[in-house]
Amino acid sequence: MAKPIKKEQRQVETTGHSWDGIEEYNNPLPRWWVWVFYATIVWGIGYTIAYPAWPLITQATPGLLGASTRADVAVEIGAVDAANAAIKEKLVAADLTAIGADPELAAYAERAGAAVFRTNCTTCHGSGAAGFEGKGYPNLLDDDWLWGGTMEDIHLTITHGIRNTTDPDARYSEMPKFGLDGILDETQIAQVTEHVLAISGQGHDAALAAEGAVLYADNCAACHMEDGSGDRTQGAPRLTDEIWLYGGSREKIIETVTKARFGVMPNWNERLSEDEIRAVSFYVHSRGGGE
Amino acid sequence: MAFLDKHKVIETNATLLMILSLLVVTIGGIVQIVPLFYLENTIEKVEGMRPYTPLELAGRNIYIREGCYGCHSQMIRPMRDEVERYGHYSLAAESMYDRPFQWGSKRTGPDLARVGGRYSDEWHQDHFTNAKSVVPESVMPPYGFLANTIIDGKYIQDTVATNRMTGVPYTDEMVESALADFTAQADPLGDSSGLEARYGETAFGTPVNVRNFDGQPELTEMDALIAYMQVLGTMVDFSTYTPVANR
Repeated sequence: MAKPIKKEQRQVETTGHSWDGIEEYNNPLPRWWVWVFYATIVWGIGYTIAYPAWPLITQATPGLLGASTRADVAVEIGAVDAANAAIKEKLVAADLTAIGADPELAAYAERAGAAVFRTNCTTCHGSGAAGFEGKGYPNLLDDDWLWGGTMEDIHLTITHGIRNTTDPDARYSEMPKFGLDGILDETQIAQVTEHVLAISGQGHDAALAAEGAVLYADNCAACHMEDGSGDRTQGAPRLTDEIWLYGGSREKIIETVTKARFGVMPNWNERLSEDEIRAVSFYVHSRGGGE
Repeated sequence: MAFLDKHKVIETNATLLMILSLLVVTIGGIVQIVPLFYLENTIEKVEGMRPYTPLELAGRNIYIREGCYGCHSQMIRPMRDEVERYGHYSLAAESMYDRPFQWGSKRTGPDLARVGGRYSDEWHQDHFTNAKSVVPESVMPPYGFLANTIIDGKYIQDTVATNRMTGVPYTDEMVESALADFTAQADPLGDSSGLEARYGETAFGTPVNVRNFDGQPELTEMDALIAYMQVLGTMVDFSTYTPVANR
């Protein structure tokens, strides 16, 4: 603690204020502080000249440096696009099935496709592209395809999507709500379910399944085929394997037949460019199940 | 500097100090705020922006009620990583009918400014009911109760009228038919021509999403919130948009 300075030792004036006997020194501000303060004022003026600042009649002053975050991001993205322009052009011009044959193109499509997939597709199909079984998000790693697994098929599916309302060219088919719309009654649904369990190699009631086979032929075979092998032109899944989009248990099949399913995929032609769609098509095709 | 010597008058008079302080702050505020109302480049003119339909507006109110803005922003900044992940950077015009805007400042979850049309309605149902079922690493709490909460649109006309009072350009017709439009949007089998005429293609350039958003026969909060999700960031027609650099 500094000792209190006696009155006669004072070097500086007081402000002359006195409140209840308390007086205030009138020391000058430190020089360095004063100069820093002046410097900030000068800096402030310079800043408003260099950067967008003063509002005028129709717009603000643009600033001498022409600073614009929009222009910056356009330049940055433009540089990346320019660097990739040649290979993108090549990718768009290439025959879909020929992409894999060109090592340079394949390497680009694999990496670019992975980036597009992680950004846009993982939320439904999972970060490893394995989908979510039983929830209607198909696994893209296997060779069980709903709408076809060739490059052309995958490219079309991604471009236009499935059953969406935003693209008139989207793939479309609609399973009837056999229960809700009263096409089959509960007993009949139970019978047809036993038949589906039978053809998919699961435990079933043979007597009910025999009844169900007739109902199946009349109601289901047009899309899922007589033998349950499905029809890719209609997106009708194969019923004879162990891969189920919405679950293959008795309860789940009854639910599916009763309420039907209507899986939707967005069209990506408005959100992604043609080269991005091609790249991600190649990525999906090369996950293991591509045909 | 006789003028400066008079500061004692202000310093020893609390009421005068307060009045003069207020005056200084007011001038500062006016200088900063007023130009935004007349400068032509504050809000760009864009094609396609329309006020929210009554169902979307109800969904927006649920979004605010549940505090979604606490974890989700609705503002894509002009940076390469954000533009490549979420889409075109947000424009001021895109939140001009938001009262209040939902820009947010915290991204525990992803930005939602352009989430519209990106996922199917069914995905949103799954995700709201249990986010981990489709995004295993998600920490979003479940909102399944929304699908069990029926909304009858009792206050929807008031909501639309209130928004109009704050400056959203709803017409008399829009306010009067708020309840009809509210139910029409979630009923794909019903007559939605009125809704379409007021908010749709001919009026604003983009058709209104008319779907049974939650897949249930009843009109629930889930319908409203998904309707709101599906329109976010989809209104502006970017094919007719040229960015102005000086902004």
